[in-house]
Amino acid sequence: MGAQKKGATRFSEEPEELARVPLQAILLADSFTTKFRPITLDRPKVLLPLVNVPMINYTLAWLESAGVEEVIVFCCAHSKQVINYLESSEWISHPNFSVTTIESHNSISAGDALRLIYERNVIHGDFVLISGDTVSNMSLTQVLKEHKERKKKDSNAIMTMIIKRSKSSPIIQQSRLGTDELFMAIDPNTKQLLYYEDKADYSKGAICLDKLLLADNPSISLHNDKQDCYIDICSPEVLSLFTDNFDYQHLRRHFVKGLLVDDIMGYKVFTHEIHSNYAARIDNFRSYDSISKDIIQRWTYPFVPDVKFFGNSATKLERQGMYRGSDIVQSRSAEIGSFTVIGNGTRIGNNTKISNSVVGEGCTIGSNVSIEGSYIWDNVIIEDGCKLMHSIVCDGVVIKSGAVLEPGVVLSFKVIIGQQFVVPSYSKVSLFQQPTKQDSDEELEYADNSSGIVETSSMADTVDKSNGQLTSELLDEECGPTYELGTGGVGYIWSICEGSHEEEWRHSIAPIPADKLAEAMQTTDDDLELLTQDGSVLPPSGELKPDSNYSDDNEDPRDDSLYFEKEVEATFLRAVHENIKEDHVILEVNSLRLSYNKLFTDCAGAIFYSLMKLALETPHSSPSELCNSTMDVITKWKKLLKSYLTDIDEQIEVIQKFEEVCLESAKEFSPLFSKILFHLYDKDLIQEDAILKWDDEKKNADEADKVFVKQSEKFIQWLREAPEEDEEEEDEEE
Amino acid sequence: MDFQVVVLAGGTAKNLIPLVSKEVPKALLPVANRPVLSYVLEHLEQSNLKDLIVVVEGQEAAVLVGNWISGAYVDRLHVEVAAVPEDVGTAGSLRAIAHHLTAKDIMVVSGDLVSDVPPGAVAAAHRRHDAVVTAMLSSAPVSGPSESGSSTGKDKTKKPGRYNIIGLDPTRQFLLYIATGAEVEKDIRIQKSILRAVGQMEIRADLMDAHLYAFKRSVLQEVLDQKDTFHSLKQDVLPYLVRSQLKSEVLLNGAPQAEENGNQKVNSQSNQVTLSGILANASTPNFHQLSGLGTNGSTRRTHKCCVYIADNSKYCVRLNSIQAFSDINRDVIGEASHLSGYSFSPQNNIIHPSAELGLKTTVGPHCMLGEGSQMGDKCSVKRSVIGRHCRIGSNVKVANSVIMNHVTIGDGCSIQGSVICSNVQLQERVNLKDCQVGAGFVVTAGSDCKGEALAKKEK
Repeated sequence: MGAQKKGATRFSEEPEELARVPLQAILLADSFTTKFRPITLDRPKVLLPLVNVPMINYTLAWLESAGVEEVIVFCCAHSKQVINYLESSEWISHPNFSVTTIESHNSISAGDALRLIYERNVIHGDFVLISGDTVSNMSLTQVLKEHKERKKKDSNAIMTMIIKRSKSSPIIQQSRLGTDELFMAIDPNTKQLLYYEDKADYSKGAICLDKLLLADNPSISLHNDKQDCYIDICSPEVLSLFTDNFDYQHLRRHFVKGLLVDDIMGYKVFTHEIHSNYAARIDNFRSYDSISKDIIQRWTYPFVPDVKFFGNSATKLERQGMYRGSDIVQSRSAEIGSFTVIGNGTRIGNNTKISNSVVGEGCTIGSNVSIEGSYIWDNVIIEDGCKLMHSIVCDGVVIKSGAVLEPGVVLSFKVIIGQQFVVPSYSKVSLFQQPTKQDSDEELEYADNSSGIVETSSMADTVDKSNGQLTSELLDEECGPTYELGTGGVGYIWSICEGSHEEEWRHSIAPIPADKLAEAMQTTDDDLELLTQDGSVLPPSGELKPDSNYSDDNEDPRDDSLYFEKEVEATFLRAVHENIKEDHVILEVNSLRLSYNKLFTDCAGAIFYSLMKLALETPHSSPSELCNSTMDVITKWKKLLKSYLTDIDEQIEVIQKFEEVCLESAKEFSPLFSKILFHLYDKDLIQEDAILKWDDEKKNADEADKVFVKQSEKFIQWLREAPEEDEEEEDEEE
Repeated sequence: MDFQVVVLAGGTAKNLIPLVSKEVPKALLPVANRPVLSYVLEHLEQSNLKDLIVVVEGQEAAVLVGNWISGAYVDRLHVEVAAVPEDVGTAGSLRAIAHHLTAKDIMVVSGDLVSDVPPGAVAAAHRRHDAVVTAMLSSAPVSGPSESGSSTGKDKTKKPGRYNIIGLDPTRQFLLYIATGAEVEKDIRIQKSILRAVGQMEIRADLMDAHLYAFKRSVLQEVLDQKDTFHSLKQDVLPYLVRSQLKSEVLLNGAPQAEENGNQKVNSQSNQVTLSGILANASTPNFHQLSGLGTNGSTRRTHKCCVYIADNSKYCVRLNSIQAFSDINRDVIGEASHLSGYSFSPQNNIIHPSAELGLKTTVGPHCMLGEGSQMGDKCSVKRSVIGRHCRIGSNVKVANSVIMNHVTIGDGCSIQGSVICSNVQLQERVNLKDCQVGAGFVVTAGSDCKGEALAKKEK
């Protein structure tokens, strides 16, 4: 409620006070995914170096430059590390820019984080919602202004998403940021977001837009060429919405889609497209690679290595995009190619070639090493003759002489690769063993498939506290698996879980192999073909695949009772074969009745039908045998039938059903009609009133319909006379 | 033999009953005292498209239309009239006359189109893009519920918004999606693959398909041959072409020669070529144009579905409902008067010299009075069309109505918003509001009708 109250007060004093609310930002220092494992087992993602500067510094530096005055950093995984880092950094002491932290140990999603922040009641106005892995240089003035104006006009406009144009082809999108395909529908005039689909479902070749969208807007733009920057300008209502909808976890998948689908509250999300500025989020290894390259190629200016912003050390830009730190010891014969960053105090041996790579501080690189498109963090030792292609090598790794890293390899902290060992492509190597399946399942409970959840806090904590010890312990104890990484190697190669195998090539920093691209192309082609074929088979209505639901609906009224009868029959047969008690059968039939929305008369008819069918299926050679078996069945299941024959209408229904059976499905019964009818009467299942009424109803019917009435004429006659006898008897008794 | 034009004149459209009859097929319904078909024909003539095939549904209707055309245009146009069975649909009509089609491109026009959008411009757009099909779109009409695409006669009980739903590329030159609003049950399904290629699609609900298409003949014939269930151009053929535009493109990239004969098979080699092509293009900024419906890159220039969007100032309406009939008649002598081909008097109306007006009878602006019609005293006519040789008594008020030929109207009648067909007799003091009176019907004296359709019982 706090925020709403705030909103209200803010509203009343809007003219003079609004401008004075300091601009706040919520920075989620946790991505709530597992895409950077195993590295994130040691260190939180936001502290991983991006071109030798921890990621969070890019985000904070941008927020500071964009005029944000107060940043609330939400820490969850490795929260101590983040807090310690921030406390020791210059951010804490920065004037006009306050960084406060909120620590949580049990949040498992962005939704949880926002709920917690809401409880803390620290947000007082519009805020920027961002995760700590965002690199941008955009200006917020314009979008904030737009957001505020919209909000003033329409209090339901609670969020503005920043989007950016990207290449449209899915292949290019994947090869660039490795993110899923994104489809959006935007109103071209108001820029309102109308549709958002970020997890491309390849089984569906089409997007379904609600027709009603067009009723409100004469035109809609559908986009596949936009990229979500994951920078949102939010009104305080967003936080309360997360609290109201406690099941919202994911910002996009739950929250944004929830808003779009929900038309009761009428909240609206708008978009703001940036054109010349940079904004991107590091979601996986591939985007880590592309964004690093963007930084090196200065798209993110002023946040580039040679401009001093927070947390980076002086580097010098040389020709061809080479950045060099100080104290580099480099052999004359070493070749350093373009777009490469070399950190302070790194030594490079003879004949070593480095290109398109980032090398951190204090690394030692031997002779005849070739490094291509790789990210080598601090204090790495690479011995002579190694070959590194498109790999990420974390702090303290030792790569012994002659080892080869194939494309897509990730070496987590302090791993040692043995001599001459070839690490196969896409391997992830860590000192920790891969968490068991069970563990990960538990985590994945909330987020769906691809977005795992952050490390369970217990595990993260142990890592936090005793990082050093644990590692040494591991080194001591776990000598067994060293053969995995060649002689002298230390670490485990994580096996790729089955589900994510497909993702592996997409998210890795290695260039996408041509065959995978071809495959992806093929998929889209297949899509196309599928649709076209469908189209050609379609009835000439011209629309694509008719909705299966729709056709079902159409047939429903007719088929429903058929299905119901079948179900009842199946239930009954099961009861016969498995000796289920009548009470249970009644219970089951009743539940069927409710689920099919039927009446008791329908039940009675259906059960009677099942009884007759059962009798018919009992082997018999003559009508009389059939008659006997029918009577047996009826006698046996009398109680069941009786419970549905409390009413005269139901009894009439049974008689009519019986007629129907005799006429249509089982002609064998027709000669036996009156006998069985009498039996039913005899067993007290059908009252005489019902029979008489049935007879009355039939009086005006066609001759053809009267066959059975005629057949039972005698019986009916007898019945008509009987009551009088009864009365007489009663009279006598009195 | 540049462009061959097929005019689909229809037959006796069911949704125009009682206006149409055996004697007056849809094509001959008068708009400002000229058959509606003449608007199309003259319009085509102005664009120098004189090689026409007029397709009429039903033998009798074809004879009627043929007679009229040979009378009116014998020396000006080269017109062939072909009769096709009823209910074959627009696609079926084209199938039936396929052997007549020889030109490289075919223009198919609906015979009920009243428009001043130059067909030549559509043809030019078609040629410019080397498109497989080019459709003309116009703004959906605002006047009255003259829903588009209802030529097949649909119930009017549905909700509004029954326009065409059309997906365009950002340059608004290419057609990426088309559906009839009324047929979209709930969801609009957009193919992702097309969207992927284009990147951005604009979905419009405020455009109307004007039923003027230019087709590449080879493709059209092939589609008609192979898809023998296709019934309607608009609902089957066009959506099919739009849907398959990228797939066809994939094919044609690999084998440019396949243009004439291949919409169906895909060979693996072509995929390879496409792939490498896409990779090679990956760095160019306008990749989506290339892959989608590019304007550069000659290897990809096939199977394009284009649109020509008529300017808002142009008039473009189809006569496909009774409402549209009234609207068009009103417009042609009103705001779109340049279409009628008549010269208006200073009072902004057209009164044939041979027409006779009684004392104190006024004919307002935007009215038309046909040859030999007579009006009694103290009549008033507003925004209405009166045909030839009508006899109108005294004290008759006619407003917003269409009266065809040889109609007799008794004294003291009042006619508002109605359509009176030929040879109708209205006896004295008949009061009609929003009615349609079928040909030859007699309305008895003193009748008072509102919103009814009066016609002789069909035998």
